Amino acid sequence: MCLGVPGKVISVDGALATVDFWGVRREVRLDIVDEPVEPGDYIMNHVGFAIRRIPPDQIGETLALYDELLRAMSEDDLMAADVRGEINATGEKKRV
Amino acid sequence: MSEPRAAGLRFQDPKTARRMADALARAVGEIGRAPVSVMHVCGSHEQAIAKYGLRAAFPLGLNVIMGPGCPVCVTDLPEVDEAVALAGQGVRIFTYGDMLRVPGTVKSLADVQAEGAKIDVVYSIGQAAQLARKSAEECVFFASGFETTAVATAAVLLANPPANFSVLSAHKYIPPVMEIVAEMPDTRVEGFLAAGHAATITGWGIFERFVERHRIPVVVAGFEPLDIMAGLLTLVELIRDGRAEVINAYPRCVTREGNLRAQQVLWKVFKPTGGRWRGIAHVPNGNLRLRDEFAAFDARRRFTIDLTKLWDYAPPSLAQSCVCGDIMGGIASPTDCPLFGRECVPDNPVGACMVSTEGTCRIWHQYGGHLNLGEER
Repeated sequence: MCLGVPGKVISVDGALATVDFWGVRREVRLDIVDEPVEPGDYIMNHVGFAIRRIPPDQIGETLALYDELLRAMSEDDLMAADVRGEINATGEKKRV
Repeated sequence: MSEPRAAGLRFQDPKTARRMADALARAVGEIGRAPVSVMHVCGSHEQAIAKYGLRAAFPLGLNVIMGPGCPVCVTDLPEVDEAVALAGQGVRIFTYGDMLRVPGTVKSLADVQAEGAKIDVVYSIGQAAQLARKSAEECVFFASGFETTAVATAAVLLANPPANFSVLSAHKYIPPVMEIVAEMPDTRVEGFLAAGHAATITGWGIFERFVERHRIPVVVAGFEPLDIMAGLLTLVELIRDGRAEVINAYPRCVTREGNLRAQQVLWKVFKPTGGRWRGIAHVPNGNLRLRDEFAAFDARRRFTIDLTKLWDYAPPSLAQSCVCGDIMGGIASPTDCPLFGRECVPDNPVGACMVSTEGTCRIWHQYGGHLNLGEER
C-alpha cells in the first residue's frame, strides 16, 4: 500500500498535475508535495497525491523496478497489482 | 551519515547482486553467532523479497522477519466491526479493496455486502469524496494505511469535503510500533529496515531517538531488490560493528526532515492516540484519529455506532488457531501455522495476513516462502 508509483509531469494547473504513467495520463494532486513541480519533472504518486519530487539525476533507478513490474504485468502478481492500484488511484483526465 | 550504497546500481545486475550477497554472508559470518535477526516493517519490502527470491541470497545465519508492516493486517477487529455496524445502519461505505474481506469479530465488510449493504471499493479517498459529492446519502470512507496514506486522507479533509462525507479512521502510525516490537522479549530484533515511503513523509530523523533509546540500528531502504540487499548489508554491518545509528539508504526519496508540508497536513487533521493493533499489542500513539476540529467529518462522532449487537455471536473457531499476531511479532513464520495453505487461502482467508496483498501469508502463498538456494551461489 505504500509502494507508490513514479510518473512524469506533463502539465501543472494549480494544485493539480497531469502525469504520464507509462502512456496513461492521469491527474495527480500536488497538495502535499514539498517542492515546486514543473512539466518534465518526475513525482512519486501515492493514492492520488504526489508525495515527492524525485531528483532528476536519480529517476533512472526508480523507474527500473516499475518498468519490470509493469512489463511482467501478470494478472495475479501482487506487486504489479499494487502498482496498477496506485495508477488507478489518481484522477481520471476530464475529456475536453 | 554514510551515503547511499544503492545509488547507481541496477537490480538486473547479477554481478552486483552476487557481490552483495557475498558481502552480506561475510558480515553475518563476522558477527560469529546465528541467527542474526532483523525486521522490516513494510509489505512492499516483503513483496520484493519474496517476488525476487531474495531469501535465497541471504546467508543462513540471517533471519529477515516481516514485522507489523501491513496496515490492513493490523486493523483491529473492533475497527472492522465499526465499519460493519455502520454499513448495517444503512450508511454507504467506501474503502480500499483489501479491507473488504478482513474479518471482524463476526463479519467482514464482504459478508454484509453480500447481505445487501452499500459498500464500494475505491483506489483513493479522493475518489470516495468525489462519489460522495454526487450522492445524497451519508457516505463514510473506512480509511486504512500508515502515515504515507493518512496524509492523503488529511489533505482531502482540508480541501472542502462534501457535507455528507466522513471518515472512519483505522490509520496507523509506524514509529510507535517499532518501540513495542523492540521491547518484545521473544522477538530479539537486532536491527530495523525502515520503510522508504513512510520515511519520505516523516524523514529519517524521526528514528534517531528510537536508536538512542533502544541501541538498535535503523536503515531506511527503497523497494528495488538491490536497494533491499544494500539496506540489509548496511544494517548487518552496523550490528557487526556495534554501531546504533540511523542510515538513509534511500536518499532519492527520503531526507532527514522528511516532507514538512505533508507532516503539517497530517498533524493538522490527525492526532496520535493509543489503541490495539491486531495480533500485536496496545500501541501507545499507534493510532491516528481525527482532531476535535474535524469532529464533523469523524464518523465515530457523527454516528452512534452500536457494536454490542455484533458481539452477541462467538467469533469463528478457526480464527482462534490463526498465528497472524506471532508472525507480525516476528516469532513465527506463515508455514508454522496449521491453517496456512489449507483452511486459510487467499480465496477464503481466516486471518488478515492472508487477505491483504501486503500480508505476509498472502505474499508467501503467492511467491513461496523461505527458499534456501544458498549452495547454488
